Amino acid sequence: MAVELDVFVGNTTIMDEEVYQLWLDGYTVNDAVKVRMAGGVLDECEANQDVLLSDTMDQYRTFQMCERLLQSPAKLANQLLFQIPPHRQTMLIERYYAFDDSFVREVLGKKLSKGTKKDLDDIGAKTGVTLKSCRRQFDNFKRVFKVVEELKGPLVENIRQHFLLSDKLARDYAAIVFFANNRFETGKKKLQYLTFQDFAFCAGQLINNWTVGAVDNMVEDMDVDLDKEFLQELKELKVLITDKDLLDQHKSLVCTALRGKTKAFTEMEANFKNLSRGLVNIATKLTNTKDVRDFFIDLVEKFIEPCRSDRWTSADVKLYLTHYTNSAHILDSFKHQAVWDRYMGVIKSCIFKMYHD
Amino acid sequence: MPGKLKAKIVAGRHLPVMDRASDLTDAFVEVKFGNTTFKTDVFPKSLNPQWNSEWFKFEVDDEDLQDEPLQITVLDHDTYSANDAIGKVYIDIDPLLCTEAASVISGWFPIYDTIHGIRGEINVLVKVELFNDLNRFRQSSCGVKFFCTTSIPRGYRAAMVHGFVEELVVNEDPEYQWIDRIRTPRASNEARQRLISLMSGELQRKIGLKVLEMGGNAVVGYLQCFDLEGESGLVVRAIGTACTLEKHSSGTPASNACNSPSKDGKEPVFGEDLPSSSGPPTPFRNLPTSSSSPPPFSPSKPCSRQSSSSDTDLSLTPKTGMGSGGSAGKEAGPLKTLLRQQTQTALEQREFPFFTLTSFPPGFLVHVGGVVSARSVKLLDRIHNPDEPETRDAWWEEIRQEIKSHAKALGCHAVVGYSENTSICEEVCILSASGTATILNPRVCFFDRFDDPSPPSCGFCHIPYDELNMPFPAQLTYCYNCRRQKVPDVLFTTIDLPAEAAVTGKGCLIQARLCRLKKKAQGEVNATAISNLLPFMEYELHTQLMNKLKLRSMNALFGLHIQISVGENMLLGLASATGVYLTALPAPGGIQIAGKTSGDLNNEQHIQSIQKRINDTIAKNKELYQINPPELTEEGVGSPIPEPRQRSRLFRSHSESSDEVSELDLSHGKKDAFVLEIDDTDAVEDIHSLLIDASPPTGFYTCNTETMPGIYNWTTAVQMFTSVRVLRLSNANLSNQSLNKIFTDLCENLLKSFYFKLRSNIPCCLCHLNFTVAVPEEELIQVRCWRQSLCPFLSGGNETEEQLQFPLELCADSSSTNTQTSSKFSVSSLENCSPLTEGRPRSLRSSRSFGGSSVTMVKMTPLSFLPGTRIIKYLGIINMFFIRETTSLREEGGVSGFLHSFIAEVFAMVRAHVAALGGNAVVSYSMKDCVLMENPNKNQAQCLINVSGDAVICVRETDQEPMTSMTNIGQSCTADGAT
Repeated sequence: MAVELDVFVGNTTIMDEEVYQLWLDGYTVNDAVKVRMAGGVLDECEANQDVLLSDTMDQYRTFQMCERLLQSPAKLANQLLFQIPPHRQTMLIERYYAFDDSFVREVLGKKLSKGTKKDLDDIGAKTGVTLKSCRRQFDNFKRVFKVVEELKGPLVENIRQHFLLSDKLARDYAAIVFFANNRFETGKKKLQYLTFQDFAFCAGQLINNWTVGAVDNMVEDMDVDLDKEFLQELKELKVLITDKDLLDQHKSLVCTALRGKTKAFTEMEANFKNLSRGLVNIATKLTNTKDVRDFFIDLVEKFIEPCRSDRWTSADVKLYLTHYTNSAHILDSFKHQAVWDRYMGVIKSCIFKMYHD
Repeated sequence: MPGKLKAKIVAGRHLPVMDRASDLTDAFVEVKFGNTTFKTDVFPKSLNPQWNSEWFKFEVDDEDLQDEPLQITVLDHDTYSANDAIGKVYIDIDPLLCTEAASVISGWFPIYDTIHGIRGEINVLVKVELFNDLNRFRQSSCGVKFFCTTSIPRGYRAAMVHGFVEELVVNEDPEYQWIDRIRTPRASNEARQRLISLMSGELQRKIGLKVLEMGGNAVVGYLQCFDLEGESGLVVRAIGTACTLEKHSSGTPASNACNSPSKDGKEPVFGEDLPSSSGPPTPFRNLPTSSSSPPPFSPSKPCSRQSSSSDTDLSLTPKTGMGSGGSAGKEAGPLKTLLRQQTQTALEQREFPFFTLTSFPPGFLVHVGGVVSARSVKLLDRIHNPDEPETRDAWWEEIRQEIKSHAKALGCHAVVGYSENTSICEEVCILSASGTATILNPRVCFFDRFDDPSPPSCGFCHIPYDELNMPFPAQLTYCYNCRRQKVPDVLFTTIDLPAEAAVTGKGCLIQARLCRLKKKAQGEVNATAISNLLPFMEYELHTQLMNKLKLRSMNALFGLHIQISVGENMLLGLASATGVYLTALPAPGGIQIAGKTSGDLNNEQHIQSIQKRINDTIAKNKELYQINPPELTEEGVGSPIPEPRQRSRLFRSHSESSDEVSELDLSHGKKDAFVLEIDDTDAVEDIHSLLIDASPPTGFYTCNTETMPGIYNWTTAVQMFTSVRVLRLSNANLSNQSLNKIFTDLCENLLKSFYFKLRSNIPCCLCHLNFTVAVPEEELIQVRCWRQSLCPFLSGGNETEEQLQFPLELCADSSSTNTQTSSKFSVSSLENCSPLTEGRPRSLRSSRSFGGSSVTMVKMTPLSFLPGTRIIKYLGIINMFFIRETTSLREEGGVSGFLHSFIAEVFAMVRAHVAALGGNAVVSYSMKDCVLMENPNKNQAQCLINVSGDAVICVRETDQEPMTSMTNIGQSCTADGAT
C-alpha cells in the first residue's frame, strides 16, 4: 500500500521557511522530518508523521525545482513557472546565498577550483556542515566569482545587482572573491584566531584603498587586483628604516608624543625599531605575489604578536599606530606622504580589527 | 471573409541552449493559423532574441477564428541538419472575438514542449479585426460570451434565461492512429493537443450557434469535458445554460425583462401555495416504480427506464443481438432521429428544463425537491464516422430523459445544478448525470448578486410534491419557519446554499467513500457486473451520507457530488457535500444502535459503549458547529409511513430488479432515531468508519460549496492548490472492508495534510474542496499479476482566511496583487474617456510587458468571485489542454517530481494567458481532467491535464471603501469564529 505519488501544488508557491533552512543545511528528507518532529510542529496541529513526511517531500521538490532559478537570481523575478511574491523571492535568494562562517573560514583565500571542491568532505567533517550544504556554498562562491570576474565597475555593486543580495551579503561575497583572487593565506595556525568577519573587514579596506578601483573606477577587475603602481611606490618607504637618521628621528617624534600616555611606553620605545622595520618591510615586499599572499601572516608575526607578548591593550595599539603614522608627516626628508597615508590607513584599520584574542 | 488576425513576435527570453558548441541558440519563430504560416528572421546566437517582427496578417473566416488556435513555434536554426523545435505556444483567440472581452493579447508566454516542459518565454502581440457579418446562414457564433461560473456573472444581469444547451463532437484519438507507431512521441502529443484545441473550439462555436438561435448572447455555467475513450475515439462534450446577459450598468430597468417572453412564458407558472396543482401532469402512479425517486437521492439506473425487468439487458442488447460494431447506434436509431429533430426546434428548452447554474437570485427557486441522478453503463465502440456523433448523443439523451422523469416524479418541472460526467475503463463507460429537481419561478429576474440580500425565506424547503401522493416514503413536518407548509426531514441538493436560506450554526464537509471489488471481466460480462453493483454502491453511499449527516446533527446537504469511477477490478464511489442545519427543517434525530443477537451480555455492553460514543460525538459536533436550534414544541407531525410497509417494500425490491434497492434507503421513517443494526461484523466496521472521520482541527472549516455556510466575512488572502495522490495496493486479495478502510484513510490523510500545510493561516476556510477519484489500471508483469492504483486526487481546493490575523506573506501577497490591479484599473478607466472604445492604450500595455522584471500576479480560485474584490471585467473563457510526457522519469524525480513540475507549468501557462489578456485573476477555475499514465520500468510517464476558468480583472473592494471597515469585518469575524 505504498503511496506512489503525492504532490501538492499551490498557485502561489507555498514554502515553509523552516523547511527551506533544513534543505539549505543539507538535511535529507528523513532527517528533516526528525528535526521537525523534535521541534514540535506536530503538537500545534493534529497531524502524524506521514503528513509531515509528505509535506517535507513536497517542499523539497519545490526547492529543487527552484534551485536552477536561484542560481541566477535575476531570472527568479521574471520567470513564470513559480508565482512567488517579491519579498519572498528576496528571502529565498538571501538565504540561498547565506553561508556558514565556519565553512567560509576554511576556504577563504583558497583557489575556487575542482581541487578544493574535492576537499569539501574533509572541511564538512571539520566544521560540522553537511557536504551538501558545503557544495552549495562553494558553488555559490565560484558562481559569483565567475560572474564578477568579467565585469567592469565596483565589485560590491556588481554582486548586488547580479545576485540581488543585500548590501551586507554583497560585501561579504566581495571579500570572498577578493581573497580567492589574491589567494591570501588564512589557514596558518597563527591566523586561526581570526574570524571571517575580521578578514571581510580587512578585505573591504584593501578593496577601497589599495586596488585599481580606488583611483580609477572604470577598469576591468578594478576591485579585484591590487594597484600595481601603488605597490611599486611602496618600495620608496624603505627609506624609513634604511636611513638611520630618519629612523631615529621618527622614533623620537613618536616617543615624545607617547610619553606618559600609556603604561606600555617602555616596551613601545624598546620595540619601535623592530615594529617599524616589520611594517615597512611588509610594504616593500608587496610587489611579490608570494608576499601578498602572506600579508596577513606577516601582519600577525611582525606586529601583532610582539605587541601581544608585551601586553599592549587595544588602546595602546591604536595610540601607537596613530602617532606612528602622523609623526612621519613631520619628517622633513620623508617625501612620500601620500603613499604612506594610503598604506598606513589600511594597515592601521586592519590591525585594529585583528588585534584581539 | 469576416476577420483579420494580426500577430507580432516581439522577443524571447531564457531560451534553452540549443547549440552546445557556442552555448547559444539561433532562434526563429513560425506563426501558423489554419494553413497559413509565417516565419520571423533568425536571431543568431542569443538566448534572449529580439525579433521585433512585422505584423503577420491572416485573413480568415470567423468560423476558423473560433475553431483554430494561433500556433507559435519557436525553432533553432540549423544550417546543416533539420531545425530543432524548442517549443510551442497555442493561443486561443476566442476572447478577442467578443467586443466586451479583451481587445488585445500581449505578454510573455511560456514556450512549452510536451517532452521538456517550459523552455523559455516569448513575447507576442495578437489583435483581431472583425467585420460585421449579416449572413443569416453563418456557421460562426462570434460574440457569444462563455462563462464557467455557475451563477450569473457579477456585473451582469440576466434579461432572460433560455435554458439548456449541449453539444458534443467526436474524433479519432491521434494517439491510437496507425501513424502513431512511426511518429515521435512529441509529434503525437502535439497532434493530440492541437486536435483537442480544435475540437473544443468547434464545440464552443456550435454551442454558440445554438445560443444565437435561441436568441441569447451568452452561456453561463459552461462545462466542457473530454472523454478519452481510447481505441474508440475522443469525445469532447459540453453543457451550459443559455442566457441573454446585460451589463449591469446599462441601466435598462428589469421590468420589461421580467415579463418573460414566449419561451419562458410557456413554462407553467407556479404560485407559492399550490406547488403541484398546475405543475406538469405527473401521474406518479402510472410511472414505473423505478423512476419514482426519493427526494434526496435518486437510484441510479444502469439504463433507461423502459427496462423495468432487467435494465442491464438493454445496454447489452445490441451486443448480444447483433454482435459488436455500431449496433448500439442502430438500436438507438429511432430515438436518435426523434431527438435530432427536436434539437432543431425551439422546443428543446422545454424538453430539457435543465440549468447548469448552482446559485440563483432570491425567490427564483420556489421549491426544491431533491437530488435526481441517473447512471448508465455503456460499451464503447469505435466511432466510425466522426461527423455523426449520434451514438454518444443518444446515450446522453436517454440519461437526460431519465433525469427529467425523475424530476417529474418529484413534482418538479426543472433541474438545477445539473452536471454530467463519465468514467471509462477499457471499453466500459459509466455515464452519470445529476442535478436538483426544483420548481422555479420564471417571473423572478436574474439579477447579479450586488442586489440587496432578500430577507430569509423558507419557501424553497417546502415539498414540491403532493403530500398524499408522495413518490417515496418520507417524513413530513410543518415548516419550522413559517409553520404553514410541509417540509421533508432531510434535503439533499447539488446546488449552492441559496442566499435566502436561514442556517443554524456552521456547515462542514461531509464525505461518503466506498470501494467495491468486482471480478475482472471483459465486454458485456463486465458491463453487467458493473451495472449490478451500481445500485448497491449508491445505496451504501447514501446511507453513509445520511449517517454522517445525523452524526453532525445536520439536516441538509448542498453541493452534493457523487462520483463513481470504474477500474479493472473495483468500483470507487466518492460523495462529497456540505452539510448544514437548515432552520426550516426539523432537527435530525439521533442514531440508535440495535443489536440483532440479544441475550449475549458482552454484546449488549459493546452496543451500549458504541451508543455512548455516538451520542458523545453528536453532542461534540453540535458544539463544534454551533448548532443550537431554537427549541420548538413539535406540533405538526406529518404522515409518517408506518414501519411495516417499508419493510415490505424493502423485501419486494430485493426480489425485483436490483436498481430498486436504493429506493429503500430513504425509508428511515422513524422520527427520532435512525436505527443501525449490528448483526454482523460488517455493521461494526461501518460504525467504526462512521466515527473515524476526524473533524477538522480548531480554526479550520471545510466545505465544497462556494461559500461556507455560517461564515460571512472573508479576507482577500486566497490560495488555490491542487494535490494529487496515488496509492498502490500491494496486496491483491483485499476484502471490501479493508479496501474501504484504505480509501477512507487516503481521503482523511489528504485532508489532514491540508490542515497541516495551512496551519499558519488559522483561522482559515477550505472552500470548494473538489475531490476526484480514479482507478487507473495497470499491468505490471506479464505473469497475470495485476495491481491497482488508487488515485483520488483533489483539484481546485481553495483556502481562504476570514481574519486579518493571517501571516504576513499572504497579506503582502494580496496587497501586491492589489497595487497591480489598481494601477491597471486606473488605466482602463482612462481608456473609457479616450475616443477608442476598446483596449488599453497600447503603449502602456507594451511598456508593462517589456518591463521584464515585473510579472503580474495572477490569482486563481475555483470560486466564482475573489473574496474582498470586485470583478470589473470578464475577459473570456480559459480552456486549455496540455500533454506532458517524459522518457526520463527517474531523472525528473519520479512520478511525483514529474507531476509536480507539470502542474506548476500548467498553472504558469494559465497565469501567462490571463496576464496577456490583461487580467489578474481566474475565477471558477477547475482542473477537469488529470490523467496520469506511468511505466516506471521503461522510465516513462505521460500526463494530460485540462483546466478551465474565467479570466477577469478585479479590484479590491476597499479601493472605494475606507480600510477601517475592512478591519471591522475581520474583528467581528474573530468574535464569531472564536467560540
